[in-house]
Amino acid sequence: MSFCLRLICYSFAVAFTIFSLMVFGRPAAAAEETIKLAYTDPFSGPFASGGDEFLKAFQFIIARKNAMGGALGRKFEIVPFDDKLQPAEALIALKSMTDQNIPFVMHCTGSNVGSALIDAVSKHNARNPDNRILYLNCGALATELTNEQCDFWHFRFAGSVDMRAAARIKSLPADLKKVYLLNQDYLFGQSIQHDSKKWLAKLRPDIEIVGDELMPFGKVQDFTPYIAKIKASGAQSVVTGNYNRDLNLLIKAAVDDGLNVRFDTFLAHLIGGPTAIGPAGENRLTSVMEFNGNVAVDQKSAAAEKIAIDWRVDHQTDFSTLNFLTMIDMLADAINKAGSTDPLKVALALEDMHYKDLDGQENIMRKEDHQLLMPYYVGVFSKDVKYDSEHTGFGWKNIMTATAADLTLPTVCKMKRPTE
Amino acid sequence: MEIVLVSLFNGLVYGMLLFMLASGLTLIFSMMGVLNFAHASIYMIGAYLAFTVSRFVGFFPALIIAPLLCALIGAAIEVWGLRRVHHNGHIAELLFTFGLVFIVQRSVQMIWGMLPMAYRVPPSLDFSLFTIYGANFPAYRGFMLLVSVGMLVATWLLLKKTRIGLVIQAALTHPQMASALGHNVPRVFTIVFAGGCLLAGLAGVIGGNYQTTEPGMAESMGPIVFVVVVFGGLGSLAGCFVASILMGLIMTFAVVINTSMLDLLRPLGITVTGDNLFTEILTVPVARIGALLPFAMMIIILSFRPRGLMGTRDT
Repeated sequence: MSFCLRLICYSFAVAFTIFSLMVFGRPAAAAEETIKLAYTDPFSGPFASGGDEFLKAFQFIIARKNAMGGALGRKFEIVPFDDKLQPAEALIALKSMTDQNIPFVMHCTGSNVGSALIDAVSKHNARNPDNRILYLNCGALATELTNEQCDFWHFRFAGSVDMRAAARIKSLPADLKKVYLLNQDYLFGQSIQHDSKKWLAKLRPDIEIVGDELMPFGKVQDFTPYIAKIKASGAQSVVTGNYNRDLNLLIKAAVDDGLNVRFDTFLAHLIGGPTAIGPAGENRLTSVMEFNGNVAVDQKSAAAEKIAIDWRVDHQTDFSTLNFLTMIDMLADAINKAGSTDPLKVALALEDMHYKDLDGQENIMRKEDHQLLMPYYVGVFSKDVKYDSEHTGFGWKNIMTATAADLTLPTVCKMKRPTE
Repeated sequence: MEIVLVSLFNGLVYGMLLFMLASGLTLIFSMMGVLNFAHASIYMIGAYLAFTVSRFVGFFPALIIAPLLCALIGAAIEVWGLRRVHHNGHIAELLFTFGLVFIVQRSVQMIWGMLPMAYRVPPSLDFSLFTIYGANFPAYRGFMLLVSVGMLVATWLLLKKTRIGLVIQAALTHPQMASALGHNVPRVFTIVFAGGCLLAGLAGVIGGNYQTTEPGMAESMGPIVFVVVVFGGLGSLAGCFVASILMGLIMTFAVVINTSMLDLLRPLGITVTGDNLFTEILTVPVARIGALLPFAMMIIILSFRPRGLMGTRDT
């Protein structure tokens, strides 16, 4: 018995060693010529599903870019780091990146981590002018990061909460008169609540806010009491920044109780959402997105549609992060323009860069705050689509397009620029 | 008034789901003295197994098969895991089940992936049972009530009215004597642990599609189940029942209360102004902290009655 166990243990150990040699023991010579992109996000813990999916998206995008020749004739290589959604872990990862002389760090999840990274990158670059690093933000959304906290070494390639809220409120149907705001009680939920109210007052003064509530983040197991409350308020729509479990359970409970309201969300399209919600969301669930296959159809862009199709070949999920692709494309353009991967030269090349994304929409990297001005699409969960989402039979049917010009909002950023 | 009645029903259903989960935990604790940290993990396994099994044979066979599989897993854990660390005392057992949580979590992610499963209520139960003040009461919630009440009765009968129940109770209080009388006490322990896992698995089967089946479900259900068990009194099935219903009702009703502590003080002529921590605490509405109330109540009961509501020994 114990001999068998030992044998099994040994064979596992041997298999593991061979496996790790295969994975990590690649020849170093090839690596020297690549342009390294560090990527930090949670790959363990409750938010691992998001980090995992984003990494796959980046691998897909970089494989495409490398097939097209990379930048300066060199190929890109992605180096992932697990920050567990903890600022402290992200800073340790950053140390390791700069030790390896990696010139770019990408990060997509968590404004708390983003805020810490901006600060640390800025300090590091001031102290080590010969070993700088550029922070490419693909999804830390707090508006402050390009406002009060803006920094020369930080570029954001995703719409801020403010931009999303503007698109969200603009897309509400004209006959909607009563909304209920329900958000998670932490930084992100509170800023969604704040900006939704701001844009409601500005764009739709005819809409009455019949409920405005914060709920504990990720703690609620049973949403039926919230449904009873929403019902009593007479709301026609629930405007919510909830995501993952907090959104899926809410919509499930609403359907069970026969509550007939719209759900105008910010993040229902996030990975896993369509599967968990399923038929419950038909024709009443909307979300604010960067991209999906139906947007490409709508924009009549064959190139963008091809991306969506290529992705579906070996993924169960959808390609929704066109802004990641935009980011890599713009970075490659900037590297080519600068003629080097030096973060300072690349940063200067990125500023004010105009770029037509695959949908044919104009994207602009604003020089004042390093916020990418980009389009957003609002879709409704419907059967009447060419591409369904996560193979559920339902997909996002585009109901509104907000262009970069629509979403050019003022900034209060006072950026300190490097002197040289 | 209508919101009170609706909330009453909802609280009852949620309380019964909690009870199904907590009863297995309290059963294992009262019989073996082991606080099983991995209990909510078994609940998660139950939901995932039910999803997989129901794709092949349908929901109702899965309702039987998945809990039985969970019982087998439980028995395996007891025989090859817990029994080996048993002689090192309760701390070792506690740490063992604590480690098990991470192993189960990771295994589930590796087998089924990180995304939620499309585990849905079967069509035969997907209709509205009746309507109260315009709100549907889904048949599935009625079914959940039915299953949990049936389980309560069955467990009670098994423990109080059958021979095996007598042996279990004897082995609990006087293990040496029961052993001397020829009963296989270790096997009794295995049966109890497997039984507790069976109950958790059953809760998983009917809770998995009522909520969502995803890798985070054990983590989110775990703490509240502990609160229920501690509040009801460790090892007391009746206390566990009362605590579950109470917690279900409290969490449901808290959400519909919009008053804050300040509103209660106002009739006394007390008003608070300014922007400091104190006003912040006083003005936060109950609804916003509803999900935290059970934890506050646990602290209160532990400081006034360490045994819990109906417990027979100190926590």
